[in-house]
Amino acid sequence: MRRALVLIVITAAACARDTAPPAVPAAASFASIPAQHYGLGRAATPAEVAALDIDVGPDGLGLPAGSGTVAQGATLFQTKCSMCHGATGQGMPPAFPLLISRDPKAEGFKFASDPKLPHSIGNYWPNATTVFDYVRRAMPLLQPGSLTNDEVYSLTAFLLASNEVIPKTATLDSASLMNVTMPYRDRFVPDNRKGGNEVK
Amino acid sequence: MTDRAQDAPDELISRRTMLAGAAGVVAVAAGLPLGAGGQGASAPAAPGAPKVPADPTKLQGAPTSPVGARSAFYKPSRTPVGETVGNSLSPLQDLTGTITPADLHFERHHAGIPLIDPAKHTLLIHGLVGTPLLLSVDEVKRFPQVTRTHFIECSGNGRSAYREPKPDMTPQKVAGLVSNTEWTGVPLKVLLDEAGFKPEATWFLAEGGDACLLTRSIPMPKAMDDALVVWAQNGEPLRPEQGFPLRLLLPGWEGNTSVKWLRRIELGTRPWATRWETSKYTDPLPDGTARQYSFDMDAKSIITTPAHPKVLTKGWWPISGLAWTGRGKITRVEISTDNGKSWHDAELSPTTGVKAPVRFTHMWEWDGSAAVLLSRATDETGYVQPTRTALLKVRGIGTDFHFNPIVGWKVAANGAVTFHAET
Repeated sequence: MRRALVLIVITAAACARDTAPPAVPAAASFASIPAQHYGLGRAATPAEVAALDIDVGPDGLGLPAGSGTVAQGATLFQTKCSMCHGATGQGMPPAFPLLISRDPKAEGFKFASDPKLPHSIGNYWPNATTVFDYVRRAMPLLQPGSLTNDEVYSLTAFLLASNEVIPKTATLDSASLMNVTMPYRDRFVPDNRKGGNEVK
Repeated sequence: MTDRAQDAPDELISRRTMLAGAAGVVAVAAGLPLGAGGQGASAPAAPGAPKVPADPTKLQGAPTSPVGARSAFYKPSRTPVGETVGNSLSPLQDLTGTITPADLHFERHHAGIPLIDPAKHTLLIHGLVGTPLLLSVDEVKRFPQVTRTHFIECSGNGRSAYREPKPDMTPQKVAGLVSNTEWTGVPLKVLLDEAGFKPEATWFLAEGGDACLLTRSIPMPKAMDDALVVWAQNGEPLRPEQGFPLRLLLPGWEGNTSVKWLRRIELGTRPWATRWETSKYTDPLPDGTARQYSFDMDAKSIITTPAHPKVLTKGWWPISGLAWTGRGKITRVEISTDNGKSWHDAELSPTTGVKAPVRFTHMWEWDGSAAVLLSRATDETGYVQPTRTALLKVRGIGTDFHFNPIVGWKVAANGAVTFHAET
């Protein structure tokens, strides 16, 4: 690599149109590579970005227009989801995870001492928006990305209600979904491992 | 794909046999003498073993071939589960040195392996950038490139050996979700410079082009440090199961973050809380919390030989294995042959760089008495691989990822070797 760069530098000196590219450092970090514009690729159009940019953040950013009810979601779940996740959301682990459970034992969040305690949406998930984002991008398994936004809102409403997070009479849209607080949201903490002589 | 990998050795034998036969026909036609051993096998062949001549020096061998294949006497195999959501473990006990052959790299897929035409695949970089940038695979390959050796370890590696250890576990079963590769690609920083990333960006989202559009949120400092967008693996394009045509490569971080089939990078100001960093890939702790965005892989080692199901005879044996750390370099590997009462420094192979495994070796003369062989790694931060007891205390039995306890092998007086987890 280094020899190649030397050659390129020599060539650059001989040819005014060439520019010596910044060296890729041998050190671990690439931070010292100076910014350089190569003019490769092209600007993506807004439509091209919009076609792929379907992610939804925990603050609700990216949630689309539309809405759905728990009742609509219950019907949809039986026709589009229950063949893998079970009629009551019990799943077929490990390939098809359990979705619905609000286990009283989860109250102390003792997952570290109880491997059998299910990491269901109600027992574990910290953000309601994750349900919408994942169902929209990845479900149903055999037809990912086929659900309308209204259907995704309905299924999200059904899953959150079945996990006793929102009332069974609820209707979800972007404003209401971004305001849902998951029961164990505050249990999630940043990584405090840093190497060194301590086991954490 | 996985079925083909499983079937490959049998195909190989039939192809070899056919080629050997064809070579014999050519030899006769050309008036060349056939070897004294002829084409027939003179020794009884084990089931599945190829027919071999009594003396291979007395006849022409197989001709050249378009693609090489393994010896029919060596049949390493992953452990496919036959499902699109699952993993397939690398046969650590069958490998030497530190590089994992591309076709034996462990697999972990969340929606199967997509079939992607590289001529149609693009990488979109958008969000907090000057101009959203769309790059073809060929264009990605025109940026300054770098080749580096790094391991990838699934952060679930070792879960069953930690939670439910069994004597008949092999190195593959205990720790087969780690592999090591010489990757070629472009520093992610170079691509972000090209898009004109804005300084207020603090996180980016990486999205794969598989059927679950797998997404992970990554802090920007990693992009400025050693993150790569790679397209090659051990001198050839990535294998489909490793992300062909493009994958993100985050050295030393849990494998799930090295997003395969990379198609989109979005820069923003906070993590996205995707399913893969909330419901999965979080670490419940005994104090009733769960660690989130726990990226670094802690220092770890495993003896890959001798190991179950080996049966030892008295005499000298190399105790050899792999050690790695997500925090840089391994500085020391110690071996114990008496269940941790005493430790000896193992010899370390020269390593190519940081976040790449070392091969360790320690010569041991077995005297026929019961023994327990253990390995213990130390990295350049001073971190020492903990015992299972120590890890259970700080993480609990139900913690879900990042398992790196000291493990080893029990040698019985009759030479039988079994997995030993109780450290």
